[in-house]
Amino acid sequence: MKIALFIPCYIDQFYPQVGIATLELLEKLGCTVHFPEGQTCCGQPMANTGCERDAIPTYEHYVKTFSGYDYVVTPSGSCAYHVRKHYDIIEQTGAVQHLRKRTLDLSEFLLDVLKVEHLDACFPAKVGLHQSCHGLRGLRLGPGSERNLNAPSALHTLLSMVEGVEIAELERADECCGFGGTFAINEPDISAKMGKDRIADHARAGVEVITAGDMSCLMHLEGLLRRQGSPIQVKHIAEILNTKA
Amino acid sequence: MKEHATKAAAFIQDEARTNWHDESLWFVRSKRDKAAHGIPEWEQLRELASQIKDHTLSHLDEYLEAFEAKAKENGVTVHWAADAAEHNRIVHSILQEHNARRIVKSKSMLTEECGLNEYLEEQDMEVIDTDLGERIIQLKEEPPSHIVMPAIHLKKEEVGELFHQKLQTKKGATDPQYLTEAARQHLRQSFLQADAAITGVNFAIAETGGVVVCTNEGNADMGTHLAPLQIHCMGIEKILPKAEHLGVFTRLLARSATGQPSTIFTSHHHKAKEGGAMHIVIVDNGRTTQLGRPDFRNSLKCIRCGACMNTCPIYRRSGGHSYDSTVPGPIGSILTPGIDLKKYSGLPFASTLCGSCSDVCPVKIDIHEQLYKWRQIIAEEGHLPTAKKQSMVMAGKVLSRPGWYKMAGKSARWVTRWLPRPLIYNPLNTWGKARELPEAPKESFQEWYRKNRSAS
Repeated sequence: MKIALFIPCYIDQFYPQVGIATLELLEKLGCTVHFPEGQTCCGQPMANTGCERDAIPTYEHYVKTFSGYDYVVTPSGSCAYHVRKHYDIIEQTGAVQHLRKRTLDLSEFLLDVLKVEHLDACFPAKVGLHQSCHGLRGLRLGPGSERNLNAPSALHTLLSMVEGVEIAELERADECCGFGGTFAINEPDISAKMGKDRIADHARAGVEVITAGDMSCLMHLEGLLRRQGSPIQVKHIAEILNTKA
Repeated sequence: MKEHATKAAAFIQDEARTNWHDESLWFVRSKRDKAAHGIPEWEQLRELASQIKDHTLSHLDEYLEAFEAKAKENGVTVHWAADAAEHNRIVHSILQEHNARRIVKSKSMLTEECGLNEYLEEQDMEVIDTDLGERIIQLKEEPPSHIVMPAIHLKKEEVGELFHQKLQTKKGATDPQYLTEAARQHLRQSFLQADAAITGVNFAIAETGGVVVCTNEGNADMGTHLAPLQIHCMGIEKILPKAEHLGVFTRLLARSATGQPSTIFTSHHHKAKEGGAMHIVIVDNGRTTQLGRPDFRNSLKCIRCGACMNTCPIYRRSGGHSYDSTVPGPIGSILTPGIDLKKYSGLPFASTLCGSCSDVCPVKIDIHEQLYKWRQIIAEEGHLPTAKKQSMVMAGKVLSRPGWYKMAGKSARWVTRWLPRPLIYNPLNTWGKARELPEAPKESFQEWYRKNRSAS
């Protein structure tokens, strides 16, 4: 099984520890992971702003960089969703079709491909799980509170394999944090208010660490937490799954 | 383009009020969850409703004609209006024919969309909105802020003050029961004196030629039963093929709207009462244009339950008026660009694309995907602000070239590490208004990888 690791642009630049945790975790689970040189971005920033045509060269670069692998694994439900959902505007070559099926969020790869059932990880803390929207409602990594389906979310399943983790009960299980890419910049007031409200929910539940499958949500929440001087920390789920028992 | 952001920023200035608004609507969303989750086949119902609507929309001409034929058989007069202006003229001429001057109205977003009240008032007619929420905003001379709860943005203290001024209730009274009773007494007069009653339509059944009006207060019934003339105004998309399809929708509608198992009244109007007259006005007003857009046609499946508004984290924190359209919120943001792309070019961006609207929608409209698609059209047609467009062109160049990307990343990290705080947190940095930027690490993941792994 040839596995490529895709580390999205903002994780590469600002949260290298998330990339490292993802790589180490996959290696720990016995995978040989390739990290293709020259990778950049999935193109979502342009596309979500309405400029998907300006994103085409980035899409093509992604396809060129990641062709020839069985799976592309990325610690971002949002980027995986973008490749799978929105790479429909470029020519649907075999390589494109393959990548639109086989670009997986880390949690999907762990549960659906590796069929992970237990992890040697330990993280003694009260953890608040933020369900990032693109993973939850885009990739269907969980049922979502709107739909009448009963199933645990992928992130719940994985977190419950970690010794010491206590998952906090939130009042609003999966409300958006307000990041939304360029939304955070175009509607900064609403965006910040949404984030503050999410944080307050976690704080009321006694959360010590907020985790998620997408670092972009956490970057936004962390920005608010640091401005508030809050002791609550943020950690990508890969960092928790990669802790040592 | 910045319209929504500006209005939202103004709304949110009063944080306590924003919290109150958010929680009021979240309460409705929670009630909806409870009601929806109480039905094991909820997801199948949604799928069924979606398919019935898809089918109906793809045979709309046939069903509309069948509906008209049947309604005529029942002795109902059917009118067709291409747009809002024609709708208003038709309603006016029907009223004139019947020498009607005093009109009671209930349950119609369509007449709101067409600006019927203002039009009739200019013709020296009196139109009284009889549903409590509608009446409140009519007295306050404001547009509705929600399609199901039009006065949800007002607190009971504000309603008390308004009623004190307009209906002479006691100063400072806030008891909802007292205020509702005052409105009821005041409206009773209007009902008794009305020459005509106008209602909206929730569903029109092609098979029977009848229209169905779902209400909680029963004002549509009171109006149509008392006034000699009844007029029902409906958009072309309200058609259902058969009476047997109705149950699918009534089960979904009230649960999605308010968490009730059904509306208190589900009234079926098939023919005029004895000695009375019944008219139906069928309105297009841009709907066939929307039907002709493959990516957006299924927005016409909407049954106006308002669930997407109640769930939308942006709507809850910005209020319905920030959308500046008759139908606000997520569904409004995909309907309005089809009516006036330039005017409403900001609305598809008033979203994080979180997708909650699509999952809560009882007829499975892919709202957030349509928001994404409208964004593409808005950018293509040149309605993005220039700076935004240029930054995206630049981002597209940088992110498709590994060399440029590395350089840009390095400079961004250098800037956040070394530039003095006041230079970084300047007024142009809207991210930094309420948030810290991420702390820049010494090396990127790619740099770390090259040092620690590539060599081996």
